[in-house]
Amino acid sequence: MTRNFSFRRTLPKVFLYLLLILVSAAVLFPLYYALDTSLLSTGQAASYPPTLFPTELHFENFAAALQQAPLLRYLFNSTVQSTLVMLGQLITASLAAFAFAFIDFKWRNFFFLLFLSTLMIPWEATIIPNYLFVRSLKWADTYQGLAVPFIATAFGTFLLRQFFLSIPKDLHDAATIDGCGHLRFLATIVLPLARPALGTLAVYSFLQTYNQYLWPLLITSNQSMRTVQVGITLLQDEERFTFNIVMAGIVIILLPTIILFVLANRQLIRGLTAGAVKG
Amino acid sequence: MPSSASAMPRPSRGARVRATKDFIRAMLFLLPSLVIFVLFVFWPLWQNLWLSTYATDPLGRPSVFVGLDQYQRLLTNPDFPNSLTVSVTFALLTVPMTLVVSLFLAILTNARLRGVSIFRIIFSYTIAVSSATASLIFLYLFNTATGPLDYFLTLLKLPTVNWLTSPATALPSVAITTMWLQLGLNTIILLAGMQGISDEFYESAKIDGAAFWDSFRHITLPLLSPTMFFLIVVDTLAALQTFTQVQVMTRGGPVQSTDVLVYAIYRQFYFNGNYGYAAAQATILFFVMLILTVIQFGVIERRVFYQ
Repeated sequence: MTRNFSFRRTLPKVFLYLLLILVSAAVLFPLYYALDTSLLSTGQAASYPPTLFPTELHFENFAAALQQAPLLRYLFNSTVQSTLVMLGQLITASLAAFAFAFIDFKWRNFFFLLFLSTLMIPWEATIIPNYLFVRSLKWADTYQGLAVPFIATAFGTFLLRQFFLSIPKDLHDAATIDGCGHLRFLATIVLPLARPALGTLAVYSFLQTYNQYLWPLLITSNQSMRTVQVGITLLQDEERFTFNIVMAGIVIILLPTIILFVLANRQLIRGLTAGAVKG
Repeated sequence: MPSSASAMPRPSRGARVRATKDFIRAMLFLLPSLVIFVLFVFWPLWQNLWLSTYATDPLGRPSVFVGLDQYQRLLTNPDFPNSLTVSVTFALLTVPMTLVVSLFLAILTNARLRGVSIFRIIFSYTIAVSSATASLIFLYLFNTATGPLDYFLTLLKLPTVNWLTSPATALPSVAITTMWLQLGLNTIILLAGMQGISDEFYESAKIDGAAFWDSFRHITLPLLSPTMFFLIVVDTLAALQTFTQVQVMTRGGPVQSTDVLVYAIYRQFYFNGNYGYAAAQATILFFVMLILTVIQFGVIERRVFYQ
């Protein structure tokens, strides 16, 4: 850990704290504004100048958001989609990473590059055929339509492979001699050891899927199958939802991800910086 | 070939059987991922290319082979050059702004201070924020009637801005939203890069009596350049893939001033039913991004070599 390079040598401590607080206020402002507005009365929310410090707290806005819009249904759909993608990615990436780390097979480099190449293909460039294909399967407005296209991950495979490589190969050889099959070795020895890496992938994939927008927008049209991100933007389009109610909805949607981030930021950051180092 | 092949003129029968068995086992492990990649990445990429050479009916079924006609139409129709310009301008607005602000945030939180980890969480929480909710919040922040941004400008006795409603400021406003969304990721990665720089460099600079800006310019910036390059590519790719902010805040307007590539593609196939024409645009998007990624991999290889 090197933190030798800093403003500290040139700036007094108090000034540095002041600067940190000021910049934090700026970065936090959009979130604060959402929270602030979600607690205002309808009249206050529409008035000028904006009420930046609420004098009374209208918590009933949250109840209104949950009752007037199918927000709970949206939350449920997003949770199902994100959980399916997360579990799918954990399974497919563990299996693939195991092959790349422990099995010495022909064309291993070729397959590794094939996985790598999926990172170069932007989802947006394949979205039209994917949309047509998933619709032709009659998977529009279904959980499989929302989740299946995303249950394999090159990024996750690399992340787990890196971790698996740190497990001594002797362990694998010993297990094979004992007549322990590959799958049993993976399940009983590798996966328990790889818990931190699996945690990183789980948090990362859940968050990414929960925050998706374009694909759920294309593939769901039935109100009851909308995900939170699409659902909340539709609230904004409807006249009957006032500004404070929409903001209450936004806060309800944002809160779980912010809490997840605060609790799991170490895992998440480890994953993101690993991606940065390896590209 | 198994590795024993180099030692012996011909691998023994047992070794060959073993190699085949290993190959089949490995394939079984890769199969779930490969099936998904083939169905939802490789095959659609090929389909997209193929689709772009056909005129399509309103259901997206290809009807008449038209060769490269749709690519020609892209260039003659003013919409596509406009989208390309908007997307490139958008990247040029977003990427440098994001990088400079994140660098500042990373330097601030690189200090050895009590409680600095709290500020690190604050500076990186936008990683968890979705583009849809950010766009909605900024839509209200930018509101010219009741939004706080214009209110702050009035407090400072500055002229108000028509943020999203004027063609001149709409794209910069979307860029500001995007910058805020990308701040977290950029700050985290820059901070990790800074912490990877060895103390020794700064120790020797201290002996030379170098001031803050000197050591920043001559040590931090050069040693951080691979990280910054990585972020430039990542941010540029993200900027070129921008959709949500435009869909939620501007719908491509006013007067197509925010009609970025992905939004134009979406509009063409989802609303106008021009699947083939939209596929041609998606192909071009793919090649632009491919070139950028190839450049990135080239640079990363050089960095590995350098270390």
